[in-house]
Amino acid sequence: MILKPNRQDIKAVGYYLGKIIIGLALTMAIPILIGLLAQEINPALDFLISLEIGLLFGVMLTKVCYTERELNWMQGMIVVSLAWVTAMFLSAIPMYLSGHWKSYLDACFDSMSGFATTGLTLVQNLDHMSLTHNLWRHLIMFIGGQGIVIIALSFFIKGASGAFKLYVGEARDERIMPNIVHTSRFIWLVSIAYLILGTLVLSVIGALGGMKPFNAFFHGVCVFMAAFDTGGFAPQSQNIIYYRSFAFEVATIIIMILGALNFRLHYHIWVGNRKEIVKNIETVTLFISILTVFAIVAIGLKQAGIYPQAVMFFRKGFYQVISGHTGTGFQTIYAQQFVNEWNNLALVGVILAMGLGGAVCSTTGAIKMLRIGIIFKAFLEDIKRIILPERAVVIQKFHHIKEVFLEDKQVRSALLITLAYLILYFLGAYIGMLYGYPFLNSLFESTSAAGNVGLSCGITAASMPAVLKITYILQMWAGRLEFMSVFTLIGFFVAALEGK
Amino acid sequence: MKTRNIKWIVLAILLAGPVYLIPGFAAESISSAELLSNSKHYDGKQISYRGEVIGEVMKRGDFAWINLHDGENAIGIWAPLSLTKGIVYTGSYKARGDVLEVSGIFNRACSEHGGDLDIHAQTLLKIESGKLTPEIINPVKRNQALILLGVLLLVWILTLLLRK
Repeated sequence: MILKPNRQDIKAVGYYLGKIIIGLALTMAIPILIGLLAQEINPALDFLISLEIGLLFGVMLTKVCYTERELNWMQGMIVVSLAWVTAMFLSAIPMYLSGHWKSYLDACFDSMSGFATTGLTLVQNLDHMSLTHNLWRHLIMFIGGQGIVIIALSFFIKGASGAFKLYVGEARDERIMPNIVHTSRFIWLVSIAYLILGTLVLSVIGALGGMKPFNAFFHGVCVFMAAFDTGGFAPQSQNIIYYRSFAFEVATIIIMILGALNFRLHYHIWVGNRKEIVKNIETVTLFISILTVFAIVAIGLKQAGIYPQAVMFFRKGFYQVISGHTGTGFQTIYAQQFVNEWNNLALVGVILAMGLGGAVCSTTGAIKMLRIGIIFKAFLEDIKRIILPERAVVIQKFHHIKEVFLEDKQVRSALLITLAYLILYFLGAYIGMLYGYPFLNSLFESTSAAGNVGLSCGITAASMPAVLKITYILQMWAGRLEFMSVFTLIGFFVAALEGK
Repeated sequence: MKTRNIKWIVLAILLAGPVYLIPGFAAESISSAELLSNSKHYDGKQISYRGEVIGEVMKRGDFAWINLHDGENAIGIWAPLSLTKGIVYTGSYKARGDVLEVSGIFNRACSEHGGDLDIHAQTLLKIESGKLTPEIINPVKRNQALILLGVLLLVWILTLLLRK
């Protein structure tokens, strides 16, 4: 028998959702300040209006749904999934008001793309966008990459139990520190430390490459946020092509890889345990996986014969592989070049890279390396069972911060999530094909959306059908939250309609 | 007779030559969409492309990168620094950039620039001057912000009263 959600459930969800909305609305003070400093008054007004709407909505929710109870698992999951949808709608308001998006749906698309650190975009006339709005596009990647809820956890929500449920709901189940609020703060500390260092490096490269100091700094901040949070937006319409700089590309490759590593691994590196990098199952799997998919892409590009020099292979082939594998979506080639100049084998290589993703508890999307490593270990275990005598006891271990014995429940969980991602990739591809796009192109774009990558072969455009836009929004949302919160939300609505 | 004709033709070309530098008389430019769709066809050929300068002029020694946006895509132009001296406005939130027409060699994967798709400029013509685009405060947005501020204050006061 399905139980209908009671008033307490709704109040708890509403109260915590209200707090998260207030937190999000307050982050809009940053673009308002930038707008005033840059003398961009209309953009500042766009954000003031949105901040006020957010505060109104958030304050009313916290007052109407006031509760002192802590969240249970179901409520926590629902708060997270609704928080992401609400964040999308709220953030889309100033974007739409800017006039750079053709419809509110397009603004919602880019808003979800930003928060989910995807990078697919429907923006118009980006090269004439205000600094205020451009900063916001990148800031939402930084917020979404760390986790929307993490902001609220860090500043607004007390009570470790409820906080942990929200943290897990946001597809993070690894505690770096014993206290989850401290874990959230550590994630912010790491991100801000890298932000300062990364911005400095990118700014210097930009300035040496002929950019004016302020522009170099602004681009440095934005590109860092998009690279470390494996987002993929860039301040100019040409994305990374705009900079025409080998050094800039190398720097972004390093930042993208740092963003694709587990925050827990960052912690161990910070405390001096550097051996963890070479021992950890995720980094080992990531290394092997990058080499494998790059080999596929390299063979494809060799066949296509477009990049005859090693430098070209690196700047075009390897860059796109790293960008895809880390789930960033930065491009050093035009979207049309994927289809017109790369052959099918090279495209399949990039699709594989996008579908696999980076580490768990990082800012990347897609299946992720821990799961791939676990599945591979399970295969090894089964092969050993077949080869060795029946009486032999087969034990499989893997190293992830500590030595862990492989258990069936870990393999089951890894396979289930992998299967869910594969279904999501092919479902999006199927819908793309319904609208007449070729299979490989549809699969490319769908994997990019569901894996929160952002590479595009040209399908994503303001002119694409609304159903496809909504499909990609749902894919980005479900892919970022790794399904569980989304399934709980669907279950909640079903229970509300059919429960007793 | 033949020699006299050739002389007239040469004279006519010399007289008409400067006309090609005047806006409207330039060779027909190819769009970015066409270049990206048929890059193999245009690879290594001399082409003409027109667009607004966006971003900024990035100086690299005796050369500079500029990016020209034709309304659909922006394409990078590698030009001798001397050719870029006449650029006054580059497209941004506060300015509309100069519209230039470049004539040069199109590369779908430039061997000099790590495989970039670019155009190596031989000539650059200013077709249209850019301008500053001063911001006029939108009164509707201003009023909406003020009304919402009033509502927000009202809700805040109400919640304070309800608490009491």
